[in-house]
Amino acid sequence: MKDNSYQAVMARSNDIMKQAVGIDYTRFVRGRLAFDYQAMMTEAGYSLDEVAAIQQETGVGNTPLYELRNITRLVRLTAPKGKGARIFLKDEAANPSGSFKARRAALSVYHAAKHGYKGVVAATSGNYGAAVASQAAARGLKCIVIQEAFDSRGVYQPEIAEKGRACEAYGAEVLQLSVGPELFYVFLRTLEETGFFNASLYTPFAIAGVETLGWEIARQMREKYQVEPDVVVVTHAGGGNLTGTARGLRKAGCRARVVAASVDLRGLHMASDADFNRKSFTTGHTGFGVPFATWPDRADVPRNAARPLRYMDRYVTVTQGEAFYVTELLAQLEGLERGPAGNISLAAAMALAREMDRDQVVVVQETEYTGAGKHVTAQLSFARQNGIEVRAGDPADSVPGRSIILPEHPGLIRAVDIDLDGLRRSYIKNALAQLDGAELTAADISFLAEDCRCTPEFVQAIAREVK
Amino acid sequence: MANNPVAPGTWVQIRIQILPPGQRAPQVPPDTAQVPLIMLAKGFLVGEAEIGDTVRIKTLSGRILEGELVQVLPRYSHDFGQAVPELLSIGPRVRALLEGGKEQ
Repeated sequence: MKDNSYQAVMARSNDIMKQAVGIDYTRFVRGRLAFDYQAMMTEAGYSLDEVAAIQQETGVGNTPLYELRNITRLVRLTAPKGKGARIFLKDEAANPSGSFKARRAALSVYHAAKHGYKGVVAATSGNYGAAVASQAAARGLKCIVIQEAFDSRGVYQPEIAEKGRACEAYGAEVLQLSVGPELFYVFLRTLEETGFFNASLYTPFAIAGVETLGWEIARQMREKYQVEPDVVVVTHAGGGNLTGTARGLRKAGCRARVVAASVDLRGLHMASDADFNRKSFTTGHTGFGVPFATWPDRADVPRNAARPLRYMDRYVTVTQGEAFYVTELLAQLEGLERGPAGNISLAAAMALAREMDRDQVVVVQETEYTGAGKHVTAQLSFARQNGIEVRAGDPADSVPGRSIILPEHPGLIRAVDIDLDGLRRSYIKNALAQLDGAELTAADISFLAEDCRCTPEFVQAIAREVK
Repeated sequence: MANNPVAPGTWVQIRIQILPPGQRAPQVPPDTAQVPLIMLAKGFLVGEAEIGDTVRIKTLSGRILEGELVQVLPRYSHDFGQAVPELLSIGPRVRALLEGGKEQ
């Protein structure tokens, strides 16, 4: 009989994954650390035209893009003379299942069906679960979604409770777990038992699914508004949204700067039972954004196709209070009631627009659906119940897990920079730790330089420091 | 015999202990290490049972899972929460800014 203990299943992880993703990653290995990223994306992924055709079959993509005229006016009231860029918004909530994640799920589920898998499994507490469940329903596949959902008191994070409900609405089996990284163990056991496809967020095709989003932004801005975006702001967590959007923008010949934005949750431990319900954002935060930027290969596939440092021109954080505040602005000033997590990049965009010239253009590249639990009122009253202070004031004074401060005035929305060289340094150190003392080859050095957008000299300098 | 038997085929929720407190992954922080890893799953009850019994269910993907019966016809209890006064003032204030404000 098979040993299903934690240790035994984790030890079988590589074999289970190989079976469940169907990609031979060894084809792309070029050194101890180096692998051919572009070859992996081309050979194991799908072309932009193929992606668009696959997505069209299940109604994914081609979402509307709006100019936020009133929010732009509000920004200009708080901006120095001549400043205050025009702000546009890509309304990804219009996708089936209500978020841009439908783009990734469309490709995963298509690929699973094409290769004869009877079902798909996704380990996610986020919008991706509903997206996979929705696409699986449309293509007639079975679906299991595994969520980290409640703490040891049995208290659900309201947003995750809602996403679980949505998955069940699409006919998926939902397994809900208490807090802890051992969710991955349950995930592996489920893959092994069912023989279903691993609908990972991080395969080449899942990332290719997001490329249409960047490509549509460039095309819609040109055709509808006759302008080129100067900046595209992307909510950043695992890195797939940023990677796919940036690749799509480039394929459309768009040179916009790509700015990542996360909610600042520094100080909260992501595997802590006690911290779990002290956060009001379950995604788009630094608890994913920083570790995935500094070591993408922590994901559930051997080589992560989401490699955000390759494409990130700038990385900023906003506070929980600022993201909630702009969610209210979007509803009250633009008539668009959307979910708070999708508006993290809108908060950052308002701060960036204030620094930019009036004739410049910034595009916020997503929104998400809203509903019970996934709502500002739901999250703020839940935070209060959990002893978090909620008040109006200067959001700069807030402390994640202790207080949420809604800006007293729109001029108090700020984007705080994370030092990219610091992230590159961490990334290179994490990579070097994989070598177990072996020497860096020339192929590894040039791979690392390309993977975090720095010079080979920068890589070598850090390698010397570590020695 | 059972006082409040739940009929076979009823939509229910079960609770399964995946890992006991002493056997959590080595990297979890102390507060997480001292509690069990619990899983909740839903499905159609196989056979008749009472709350608290160890039962089997058939899930939406057609699998059979075993665990403790904890809820019959489980409720979705998440909602929109209680009104938040600090939120209510945001709309009127920014509208007043737009009406009265001059761009610099």
